[in-house]
This record gives sequence, structure tokens and C-alpha cells, in this order.
Amino acid sequence: MTEKKVPLLEVRNVSKDFFGNKVLNDINFTMEEGDVLGLVGENGAGKSTLMKILFGMDVIRETGGYGGEVIINGNVVKFVSSFDALESGIGMVHQEFSLIPGFTATENILLNREPQKYNVISEIFGKRLNTLNRSSMKEKAEDAISKLGVKIDSDMVINRMPVAHKQFTEIARELSKDNMKLLILDEPTDVLTEKEAETLLESIGTVAKRGIAVIFITHRLHEILSVCNKVIVMRDGLIVKDVPAKETNVEEITKWMVGRKVKEQETKRESDPDKSNKTIMSVKNLWVDMPGETVRNVSLDITEGEILGIGGLAGQGKLGIPNGIMGLYEAGGKVILKGKEIPLNSPRQCLDANIAFVSEDRRGVGLLLDETLEWNIAFPAMQIKNKFLKKYGPITWRDEKAIEKVTEKYVEELQIKCTGTKQNAKELSGGNQQKICLAKAFALEPGLLFVSEPTRGIDVGAKALVLDALRRFNREKGVTVVMISSELEELRSVCDRIAIVSGGKISGILPATESSEKFGMLMVSNVR
Amino acid sequence: MGETLISKSTLQKAVQSFGLPRLIIAGFLLSLFITAPFVGSNFFTQLSNTINRFGWNAVLVLAMVPMVHSGCGLNFGLPLGIISGLLGATLSIEMGFTGFASFVMAVVFCTPFALVLGLGYGWLLNKIKGGEMMIATYVGFSSVSFMCMMWLLLPYKSPTMIWGYAGKGLRTTISLEGFYSGVLSNFLAIRTPHMLIPTGAILFFALLAFGMWAFLHTKTGTAMTAVGSNATFARAAGINVDKIRILSVGMSTWLGAVGILVYQQGFGWMQLYMAPFNMALPAVSAILIGGATVNKASIINVVLGTFLFQGIVTMTPTVINNLMMVITGQGLDISEVIRVIASNGMILYALTRKSEVTR
Ligand SMILES: Nc1ncnc2c1ncn2[C@@H]1O[C@H](COP(=O)(O)OP(=O)(O)OP(=O)(O)O)[C@@H](O)[C@H]1O
Ligand SMILES: [Mg+2]
Repeated sequence: MTEKKVPLLEVRNVSKDFFGNKVLNDINFTMEEGDVLGLVGENGAGKSTLMKILFGMDVIRETGGYGGEVIINGNVVKFVSSFDALESGIGMVHQEFSLIPGFTATENILLNREPQKYNVISEIFGKRLNTLNRSSMKEKAEDAISKLGVKIDSDMVINRMPVAHKQFTEIARELSKDNMKLLILDEPTDVLTEKEAETLLESIGTVAKRGIAVIFITHRLHEILSVCNKVIVMRDGLIVKDVPAKETNVEEITKWMVGRKVKEQETKRESDPDKSNKTIMSVKNLWVDMPGETVRNVSLDITEGEILGIGGLAGQGKLGIPNGIMGLYEAGGKVILKGKEIPLNSPRQCLDANIAFVSEDRRGVGLLLDETLEWNIAFPAMQIKNKFLKKYGPITWRDEKAIEKVTEKYVEELQIKCTGTKQNAKELSGGNQQKICLAKAFALEPGLLFVSEPTRGIDVGAKALVLDALRRFNREKGVTVVMISSELEELRSVCDRIAIVSGGKISGILPATESSEKFGMLMVSNVR
Repeated sequence: MGETLISKSTLQKAVQSFGLPRLIIAGFLLSLFITAPFVGSNFFTQLSNTINRFGWNAVLVLAMVPMVHSGCGLNFGLPLGIISGLLGATLSIEMGFTGFASFVMAVVFCTPFALVLGLGYGWLLNKIKGGEMMIATYVGFSSVSFMCMMWLLLPYKSPTMIWGYAGKGLRTTISLEGFYSGVLSNFLAIRTPHMLIPTGAILFFALLAFGMWAFLHTKTGTAMTAVGSNATFARAAGINVDKIRILSVGMSTWLGAVGILVYQQGFGWMQLYMAPFNMALPAVSAILIGGATVNKASIINVVLGTFLFQGIVTMTPTVINNLMMVITGQGLDISEVIRVIASNGMILYALTRKSEVTR
């Protein structure tokens, strides 16, 4: 036997428990230079946790460390913090963005590693007072961006960027580090439309060619097959399959993931016979100043009892519409609900008018990360509809029993993976957090529901469940649903009509049965 | 095997929820109590001292809770509440109330001041979200300085309070004998040769703490916690974040006002001028040591923190001083020095402690 080459990364018998709750069990795999590993598994399977271990994140140490060994180039590493991991050439793009909003792309990409100029003061007082070499910074940043094969304005401030550009900026940041050996991408395509995702996949390919190993987590399984050379499937903290990508297909992967066969979601929505043709909400000349998702002039009628889809490329303004109507970003124009005008820029009045909203920004807007699942689900309903309260003499108190009951109901209905209803929201996996956001809106029992990216980060099995819940909510409770999504196919499987937003305006509304080419044309019709 | 795994993890969890730092401080305090009798200080006297100190200070620590819950951070502006309390106290005495009535009237008179100042302070904090604690410190400092002038200028007449020779201007310390000194502490107090348990003061604290606990279980209280936990979430759920924050600042300020009255009745003296400025840091430290973070604080944190902080600050000087005397055989009293070191050490430790917040 010839001498075996030392692999770039070897994970040996890694296990992890969060105070007795075992989430990783005897994980073993290896990666070579230039490998692209697709890591898939159901929500809560342990993917992010495994990556957090590789990246030496604080949560792991704070919750009691991990078992087993991580070996890089033949040396066992024990990272004390993420800085150590960076030093060893590991980069990570997290499931949630970690960019500095008020800084430009260039500044974010080169943060703390800026090319510097010496000056008189810094000669005396040390390196911290060097001035930045702006022109070489820009050069370096643009170089990193162009290596990805995309076009991003390097001077653009982060919060003015569409999500896709943010995602690319984060990846460029990691790639511009000279010693990069292993790049971890945790659900980077989560918020991207198919086209944008494709660009990203291509750039992953480019990166791999330079000899960098990439671990790529996604719930869109076809992406795995197009870019990875190796697939690892996780289930309940175990690796259930480790195969070359060539030898498998989406169907098989799905089966390994959930341990059963998932039938292709083929639910063409039969049109609702008793759907009225009454307009429930009419939006006139809406503009919304939402950074990166500016709405310029949107007029739209929403029919009572329908499921209306809103699609379009990232950054064109589709997300701005619900955020503006709900008063989360400054907006102008007219919104009329059942003949009565609703004042803009006042979340309370919208909520009182029986409208609910599931935000796409689940960590920022959607969740009380430091509170229990019970609080997260019951809070809006308690505050707006006076639910889950009971009277003790003159004061009204929280009805803890009722809160627990409703939480249990949704945990079961949406199959939320948790240790109990009193677990804190931050301890759930990304997909399960998303389900909490939906449950919160369901508990409000609104008449009109806006959901933004409802299946963001949700696995294939649970996707059907979530969409089904939405559909049932619409049918059984008669709730009008407006669903904003970057996945056209998802919209087409659930909605009656789909409006496409482009350049901050509605470029057209078509029945969901229309061909995808027609939608595609609308998407690019007035992009700006 | 499986059993040990579970017991190990429950132990781990218990340690984590109680917190290692608190465990160490509690351990240290316990060792002080154990050492005390061996170096000639009576165990019961020491315990009694700690409990009394607890009774004086607990309400001031409780005053931290509302602002922490609403995300305004630690109330370094506590002096503002204390000043309201002092205004109430001086007015009550000026008007000639004595005994228990003087305490009740002090509470009554301090309330409008606390509310008005609290609202203004809250309004100010809403203008500078994110930098609350810095502005709070500044507000505390400038209000104390301002009042230093006012105590001299305000036309108080009561001879118990003003400088005898000048005939005007309030004294730095005013005896509360005959007014409300001990009105709470002596109520139903339990006395043994070495002990005095200030039942009334503890009951009074328990009453306020229960009120706070109950408030946090109401709809508005829940909203307050949510605002502190994630203001954007709360806003998206239709909460008027600014209003809730102002409410919390008002509550903190009022509790600060009542807190200083409780402190004074135990101490027996009212201190004016720069004194309010020295009250904020111990209260802030106590609640941090009790396990509160910048945006989470419970009644348990208050009780535990006040007890640990006051315990260390009262016990360390006597025990260490006696210990030194036993060892060196010299009668040098350095307990005051140790007291300063202990209390500032605790404050320093508490303020540098990492407060876990998820953002
Ligand atoms: N800080 C924590 N404390 C306690 N449990 C945690 C913590 N972080 C994660 N978990 C638990 O670990 C399990 C695995 O979570 P992880 O985030 O790794 O899932 P995932 O595979 O990334 O899922 P998703 O696809 O939804 O992102 C989950 O059951 C989760 O509840
Ligand atoms: Mg994850």
C-alpha cells in the first residue's frame, strides 16, 4: 500500500449534547482539498451544530464542549474561539447574516485586515493609528468579488443591498482571506431566487478549483447535485449516508433524510367555488423606503379568501410591500381594508384591523430569542387580541396554562423539534425557528395574513407540512393569505394568483397555472 | 451509566443556571460566616447585621428591575429617584409630620417628583436608544450636582434640618430620630440578645417585590419584558415601545425614591448633597451579582444579589480585621479600609462581568 495522503479535514467520533439532549452522535468524515461537500438533513438534524464545532464557536464551549476530534492537515485542533478557526484557515458564512449594516461592501470584506498606510503619528504611537489605504482596499475587495464571478458595487452600503448581494459580500469576505482552506456555507441560498442561487453555485465551483474545500448546507437538494462531489446525509444527529454525488439523486437523498419516501408535492390548487370576488384590501400607489427592497409605486387588489403570491427577484421590492403595509418601514400611499383606510407607519392599527405578518427577518423581527417558545407564540395574540389572559380580582394576568396549551398544539401541528414548550427560541434549529414564527401568526387568527418567505430554511419534508398548514388555514378559517416568496415553484403550488414585482412596481399578475416562462419574463421586465 | 449521565447533566445545568461566579461568592460568604466565631465575632450578630443591611438596601436594588426589563439597561440614573425621595422626606419633615406618619407622607410627597422626573428621564432615554447607560450616569451626576445647590437655596425652615448657625440651607446629614427612624425595621421586629430581625422592613420589601412580580405577569408587564428582549419584535406586535420604556423608567425612579426612604429609616439618618451619588453603584452591582444581565432581571436576582453583596460588604471587614488582630496580636483597626476595598472590589467585579445577551 502506498503512503496515504493526510486529508485536509478529518472529523473523528465527534459528538455533542446540550445538557443531556444528544444532538450529534459519533460523526466521522474526511475532506480533501477542492472537495465540495453537500451536507443535508432535516431541520434540527445537527448540521449547524456540527459546523459550529468546526468553526470553534463560543456557544459550543459555553454549553459544555464536544466529544471526539477535529483534525486539520493531520493535527488535532481544539479551537478556543472562532479566531483560532480563522487562523487555521476556516471561514464560515452563517445561516444569518453577520455584516455591519452601515459599512460598505469593501469595508465589510476587509474588516480588521485593511491595507494600511504608515504616517507620522502611527510611527510614534503604533500601528493602531495607521491610516487606511483606501484605494488598495477597494482593489482587494473588487478582486475578491470578481473571483466569485458576480458584479457588486463595492462602495454600496450593506443595508442598501438586496439580500443576494449581502450573501455574496459575506462569501467574498471569507474568500479574500489569504490562508483560506475550508469554507463553510450554512444555507447560503436560503433567501435567493433560483437565478441568484445558480450564480452562487457557479462561484462555489470556481472556489473549489482553487483548492479550497467547501462544505455547503442547503435544503434545496438539486443544488447539491449540481455542485458537490460528495454528499453527506444526516438524520437525528447521525450520518446516515456518505456517498459521491454522482451516484445518487434527489429522490434517494430525500428518502435518506426523512427515513421514508416523500411524494412529490403535486397539489394544483383547484379553484375555490365559493370564493367571493370581493376585494378585501386595495393598495394604491404604495411606496416603501425599505433598504435594499425599495417599493416605488405599487397598486394591488387582494381578493377575499384567496392566496395571492408575490414573487420577483431579490432586491426588486417584493419584501418591501408587506413590510411597508405593516408599518415596519416608512411608507406612503393608500391602503384600504374593507372600504376603510388604514393609516400607514403604525403597526398597531394594522394589527387591530386583524392583519398579521410573518417577517422574513426571523431573528430581527420574528423572534424573542431569549424567551420561551410559549412567549414567542402567545405574545402577539395576548397583546392584540387579549387572548391567554385571565382575571384575578382587579388585575388581568397571563394565563400560563392556556399559553402552554396553545404552544403544545402548534408544536405538534407543525412538528416543531424542541425539548419542551419552555425551551428558549434561540436554542432551536433555523428551520424550527421559522415554524415558531408561523405559529405565532396562526395563534393571532387574523383575517388577512402576510407571510414573507414562509419556508425559509425549512427541509423538504416539513415544507409540504408548512405549505399545507397555510392552505388549510386559508380554507378552513377563510383567511386571506398573501405569500411572498423567492421560490416561484412554491408560489405556483399554493397560490391562486401570483403578482410579480420588478423595479419596485407590479409588472404583472397571472394565474398560478401560467407557464414559468411568462413569470420569468415579468421578473426581468423593468429591473433597475 | 445512563443514570450518571443524567445526574451529571442535571448538576451541570444547576451550576449553569445558578452561575459559577455566584457559587464562588456564596462559598466565600459561607466561609466568612464559618470563620467569624473563631476570630471572636459572634455568628448571630454577623448574620443579623447582614439581614438588616439587606432590609435597608433591597428596595433600591429592586428599583433596577423595571428598566432592565424594558431594555433601558442598568439604572445608573438611580440618584434621580433618590433625589425625589429626599424631596419627599424633607417636605414631610418640614410640614411637621412625625413618627410613622412622616414616613407615609414622605412616600406620598416623593411620588409626584418621582413621576415627573421619571417621565422626563424616560423621554430623554428614548432619544438616545443604545446609549442609555452612559446618559443615565450623566443624568445621575448632573442631577446630584444641581440638587447640591438647591439644598442650600430652597427655603426650608424646620430647625431639625437646617444649619443652626446660618439659619438656612439644609445640613448634610439629618437625624431621623423622632421621625421615621426604624419605623419599618422595628415593626414586629424579632429580638434576641445577638439578633434583631427587621421584620417590618423585610415585609415591606416583600410587598413591593410581590407587586413587581405580579406586574411582570400582567399584559403590560409581559410587554415590558418583550420590549427589553427584542424591541423590534415588540414593535411588530403593535407595542408602543417608547411608552413602555417611559413607564419602566417611571417605575424605577419611584422605587428608587421609596428605596432611599427605606434605607434611611434603617440607617436612622438622612444624607443630602453628594450622598445620592454613592447609592447607584452598589445597587447596580448587587443585581448583577444576583445573576441579572443587562436585559434580564428577576426578583430572585434581587434577593440573592442584595444578600450576597451586603453579606460580603458587612462581613469581610469585621472578619478579616479580627483575623488580622488574632494573627498579628495588634489592635489596629483597618476594617474601614477593608470595607472600601471589599465594596469597590465587588462593584468592579460586577461591572466587568460578561452579561450574556443574544442579538
Ligand atoms: N444552544 C443550544 N441549546 C440547546 N439546544 C440546541 C442549541 N443549539 C441547537 N440545539 C439543538 O440541537 C439540534 C440541532 O440543531 P441544528 O441547529 O444543528 O440543526 P440544523 O440541522 O442546522 O437544522 P436547520 O436545518 O433547521 O437549520 C436541535 O434539536 C436544536 O434544538
Ligand atoms: Mg441550521
